[in-house]
Amino acid sequence: MQEKEIWTISEITENKRIKTISFELLAWGRNLAEELKVPLAAVILGDSLKEEELRELIYRGADQVYWINHRQLVPFIVENHSNVLQFLIKKYQPQIIIAGATTQGRTLMPHLSVRLKTGLTADCTELKIEKGSGLLLQVRPAIGGNIMATIKTPEKRPQMATVRPKSKQMLPRDENRKGGIIPIKIDDTILDGRVIHLGFQKNEKEEIVLSTADVIVSGGRGLKKKDHFNLIYDLAEQLNAAVGASREAVDRGWISYPHQVGLSGKTVNPKAYLAIGISGAIQHLAGMKTAETIIAINNNPQADIFKISDLGIIGDLFEIIPLLEKKLKEKKNCHEI
Amino acid sequence: MKIIVPIKQVPETSQVKINEETGTVIREGVENIINPLDLYAIELAIELREEQGGTITVISMGPPKAEIALREAIAMGADEAILLSGKEFAGSDTWATAYALATLIKKIQPFDLIVSGERATDGDTGQVGPGIASFLNLPLSTYTRKIESIDNQHIVVQRLIEEGSETLKMPLPALLTVVKEISYPRLPTLRGKQKARTIDIPVYSGEDIGIPEGEIGLKGSPTKVVKIYRPQITRKGTLLVVKDEKTLSESIDRLISFLEEKKIISF
Repeated sequence: MQEKEIWTISEITENKRIKTISFELLAWGRNLAEELKVPLAAVILGDSLKEEELRELIYRGADQVYWINHRQLVPFIVENHSNVLQFLIKKYQPQIIIAGATTQGRTLMPHLSVRLKTGLTADCTELKIEKGSGLLLQVRPAIGGNIMATIKTPEKRPQMATVRPKSKQMLPRDENRKGGIIPIKIDDTILDGRVIHLGFQKNEKEEIVLSTADVIVSGGRGLKKKDHFNLIYDLAEQLNAAVGASREAVDRGWISYPHQVGLSGKTVNPKAYLAIGISGAIQHLAGMKTAETIIAINNNPQADIFKISDLGIIGDLFEIIPLLEKKLKEKKNCHEI
Repeated sequence: MKIIVPIKQVPETSQVKINEETGTVIREGVENIINPLDLYAIELAIELREEQGGTITVISMGPPKAEIALREAIAMGADEAILLSGKEFAGSDTWATAYALATLIKKIQPFDLIVSGERATDGDTGQVGPGIASFLNLPLSTYTRKIESIDNQHIVVQRLIEEGSETLKMPLPALLTVVKEISYPRLPTLRGKQKARTIDIPVYSGEDIGIPEGEIGLKGSPTKVVKIYRPQITRKGTLLVVKDEKTLSESIDRLISFLEEKKIISF
């Protein structure tokens, strides 16, 4: 029983490249695999992927790769992926399966866990092995991040969890790691075929994706009007950051909903979060308070955002941001000469 | 067109307090509301009914007082409501909740569409909607941001993903979980409020919908909560105050060196 594998569910981009979350999952899985002394396998569902691309999964921590190649597995359609994985899981019986808490993982995993009649814990921030029982302990925030809960699946198998992107660093690439790539044939009949993918529209601008960004610059009500959001865009560009927003900014139509951070928007976990003109309503804090570093700029010294900030500046953002941008530019130019 | 909207009653998150000693949530004195993200689902259902005709049934699983949330949905414009309630449901995880709601939906079928919020703001899992679709083997679209078209047989939807949005064509019946962009929830109407006051809301037990004891609630849930605790957020925050030109410039220099220290920028 204890030799059973740990699996990670890889994700690929539309250009058939492996997404970073897939490597982060291997870092999560590696810890658990070492502790349980079992193999770690990456599962990848795709279409005409290159073998050298699949090797990257080995270099980043997988002991082996299950590779399911079928034209109809790209783009992702939950019914197809769920059916294929049910088949694989019944065949190989892994003890633990980890996926990303992405739009894909958060759709696939609940669908799959129902079919497998087993437990699933969403959005985990920590995974560890319980001493003695060898069970997976899954830690996750709930009630807007006000509480943390430790959850386990004592009887049913596999034990399933999704983990937030950016909550663990991927392992360093190691070309000396060895492992097998196991191609698996599937029968067309296990595909669902009811849902048809008609198209994909990329975000208008070449934007940095909020949920996987290292740095996020977010604007709120303090910006006062839509035009002033340019300050946020400019700063984000200088810092190579994604643009976020509070609910107030989105509700006022200053920026579109996909940028909203918080309880009714996205939960983000960047290395650094810059909150500009955001007071820090509990709903907003719920979406960003696990960021590694939080920087806040606000003119209200009582703003709740300062309670969770590593560095706060009390002052007028319309004075601070332009001067900050100017100084950043100067420093940059100075070093380029 | 018959539309079913599963909703959840949740505590108003901004009012939630935690007992620091036991780590449990203090529910007394906290207002209970319809999960804010469910309002978008209810609104979408009303808009579709206005366009297509039909009825909207809101359903929920919860304690007897969850009936209040169902009445609020009626006040917004839903036609009827059913509550699953009883001690046998208590302690259900997302698997057991999806199982109970899917079983109720089977009992009240046929239907054309199920619309739910993307997740509830208390549990914050987003697993029950996809779970119901899986139990009922319905085509599923999560993070739905727009309905492009709908007829008796198909629905074409846009769903929001990390890199943009994608368009799916699905046969009906289907299940959608929706995000805020999909609609702008209306306020309860006077007529709706009157209806909400008087309407009879049936309450079903596990037995009423034919679920054997032990398959739902704490016993029927694959996951178990081991412990609950208050997260420790320890940030040694530095606060700088801008009072004049000098402190402005100093604060910004401090911020830039902080960004360098944290390796957010490098020159």
